Amino acid sequence: MVLLRRTLIAAALAGSLFAQAEPVTPGAVAGHYANLVHAGYLDSIQSAKAMQTSIEAFLAAPSEDTLKAARQSWIAAREYYGQTEAFRFYGGPIDAEDGPEGRMNAWPMDEAYVDYVQGKPKAGLINNAKVKITREVLVAANEKGGEENISTGWHAIEFLLWGQDLSADGPGARPASDFVDGGKPNAERRRTYLKIVTQLLVDDLESVAKAWEPNANNYRSKFVADDASIQKMLTGLGALSRGELAGERMEVALASKSQEDEHSCFSDNTHRDIVNNAKGIQNVWEGHYKRADGSELSGPSLRELVAGKDAKVADKTSTDIANSLKLAEAIQPPFDREILGKNSAPGRKRVRAVIDALKLQANDLVQAAKVLGIKNLNTKV
Amino acid sequence: MSMKPLLPLLLLTGTVVAGTLLIDSVVVPPFDRAETLPGGDTTVFDTGKNALALPSATLNDAQRTEFVIGNSFFKKNWVEAPSSTTARDGLGPHFIARSCGSCHTEDGRGAPPDFENGLQKEQPVALLFRLSIPGKDAHGGPKPEPTYGGQFANDAVSGVQPEGQVAISYEEVQGRFADGEAYTLLKPSYRFTDLNYGPMHPATEVSPRIAPQMTGMGLLEAIKESDIEANARRQAEAGQGIKGRTNRVWDAYAQKTVLGRFGWKANVGSIAHQSAGAFNGDIGITSRRFPAEECTAKQVDCRKAPRGGKLEISDKILDQVIFYSRTQAVPATRNLEDPRAQRGRTVFYQAQCAVCHVPSYVTGDFKAIPQLGRQTIYPYTDLLLHDMGEGLADNRPDFLAGGRDWKTPPLWALGMIPVVNGHTRYLHDGRARNLLEAVLWHGGEAEAAKQHVLKLSRDDRENLVQFLQSL
Repeated sequence: MVLLRRTLIAAALAGSLFAQAEPVTPGAVAGHYANLVHAGYLDSIQSAKAMQTSIEAFLAAPSEDTLKAARQSWIAAREYYGQTEAFRFYGGPIDAEDGPEGRMNAWPMDEAYVDYVQGKPKAGLINNAKVKITREVLVAANEKGGEENISTGWHAIEFLLWGQDLSADGPGARPASDFVDGGKPNAERRRTYLKIVTQLLVDDLESVAKAWEPNANNYRSKFVADDASIQKMLTGLGALSRGELAGERMEVALASKSQEDEHSCFSDNTHRDIVNNAKGIQNVWEGHYKRADGSELSGPSLRELVAGKDAKVADKTSTDIANSLKLAEAIQPPFDREILGKNSAPGRKRVRAVIDALKLQANDLVQAAKVLGIKNLNTKV
Repeated sequence: MSMKPLLPLLLLTGTVVAGTLLIDSVVVPPFDRAETLPGGDTTVFDTGKNALALPSATLNDAQRTEFVIGNSFFKKNWVEAPSSTTARDGLGPHFIARSCGSCHTEDGRGAPPDFENGLQKEQPVALLFRLSIPGKDAHGGPKPEPTYGGQFANDAVSGVQPEGQVAISYEEVQGRFADGEAYTLLKPSYRFTDLNYGPMHPATEVSPRIAPQMTGMGLLEAIKESDIEANARRQAEAGQGIKGRTNRVWDAYAQKTVLGRFGWKANVGSIAHQSAGAFNGDIGITSRRFPAEECTAKQVDCRKAPRGGKLEISDKILDQVIFYSRTQAVPATRNLEDPRAQRGRTVFYQAQCAVCHVPSYVTGDFKAIPQLGRQTIYPYTDLLLHDMGEGLADNRPDFLAGGRDWKTPPLWALGMIPVVNGHTRYLHDGRARNLLEAVLWHGGEAEAAKQHVLKLSRDDRENLVQFLQSL
């Protein structure tokens, strides 16, 4: 009877008939997180496969129109991948010792290692007839010398679709004729290269999703049973908030004021990378994810877990995370123009505001971790 | 009346035989809780893969931003010029690594290449080779090999030939502890193959050097010169065959000869010089004080390759990398108070390890980063050169360091290398496969200490290792 009443009150408070009565447990939060991660990667696979379809259509009949469609599909796919970066930084399937992250999303791109650049018309694997372009060769080239050459992944595809960004205020302008026999030399090798790196990206995404599949003996099954899983989830959020997004991806650019010191420099899509990273953090914290098909995935969240011990800390964290996202959405493209000028320039102020908001939310996350008994949350700084 | 704390008295209850102090004559200083915080107030608490990558605990927010920026240019790959990412291009033409972090992985320590079925699997990255011929350069440093320069580059950008390849082989050296237990050490030999610019000078001297962990570099820089000189005086006065000497080296920042304290032969005087020099020599990045690419007159393709701007790293960004290199924190010890580690600590003192691996200092004032000043630190080094015997000799002098000399390396953070870097390779070229092997390679001035270790019981050998692993 007491239980039933509590259920009704909780349901009424939450404004939903489906609200849970029991206090949220770490196990339930980890279980729902695993669902959310899996859904995130499935959406990323789906959008990457749509991109693959567009790229193959482009390679079959290269024209400015098919190239434009391929570029749009790359930008569309980045919307979902960006959100999955909240699942990084604790040595999970994406960035464990042998994880594919470096092959998928490493930066900066070694342009002249892959294809011609201004002043080096014969540069790159594509123009080196001695190298046979195969999947094995490209995977090996990426690990040559025990370090990344960065010849594969999102930014390699981006470089092949857009080309070098040589203009001050627009993206790269590689012509479709680069992929047409009789145009730029080695068009066939360029087509092969793009086809292989696209397939490799899809395969790597699938391998990560598999590690998060339910009802299997995989990383997920260990994760949901692991006492440290809450710490891992929070480490992912803290490290992405502070060290990676605020620090590595924004403070560095703000300080260097260097054109193209931005992650999606060929496409000028960095402003969306930032928004999607911020969104990914919110998804995990709130236990809520809006899927590509429009459905909504909701369940036991870190927020509720923290609120059970300290509602004030939980609320402040939610407010600050929402504020970061709002401010991130205000950054104007192209990002590398936003960072120029004096500190009082509107663009720099907009970027600075996001950095400050992210630092604040990182501190909140450290506090939230303390509430849960985690002494030193690593935010990479 | 001054209240100076009394130093523990060295009670000479034993007798001195042939210059070797007997074991029972050493009083081990009482354990101090401060030993668990080797970086003083700057110490951080992390026992995971990130343990060596964190900023000093006491940095403020603005300094943390500097740290993040420095970290980015330390860790991210440099790319071939010309490139869209103009702040990050200029790699090569000749190079060994694409970033600082590819050798100092996770700000930790490099290892020699792996072997599979007796075959070297890949070219070394974190293990580089200094080259010289007899004689001195204008500043009293080594004289570069005329064709290949001061350092061997086994990689190059497209269109330029690498200088050649490095072939490594190991020979097993057998030994026995006094209790009869056998051990095996790996003695390396190095050869250069596929030389692309003709033969090397017949009298070429070669020094292999592994990338060490970046831990606590700024604190080492903050150690007072007078304390380092006092180490040398104390050792000389003890008259037991251990007689460390300071190196005096050219510093491109100070534009004069200074006390050497970094590098395997104390052949560098400042973190600034070390950072700018490594950018130039290892990655091929020019800067204001190292404006020329390392291409010799005979390396025409190297000289003709495109540049990433007049100076490939700006003063500002380089300063941020230097700041980063100075502020990487020292992690707290782990399980140092465990009885076995404590017994190992006693053995460490009894074996006279602490004569050269001087445990503690109070740093001097450090203007650039005040938080590094006046800290009680535990690096376990005297920062002096010692004759380490024929077994370790590279026979390549470096400023005042002779062919058998090596600087006592700090021991802090060594126990974190397996976690951070996934290996246990130690010494200047990574030949030791674990900490005990590293001890057993000691010779020359450290011969007596090694003999002491050879006579230890198996338990005490393990205790000694446990102590080192807790640091």
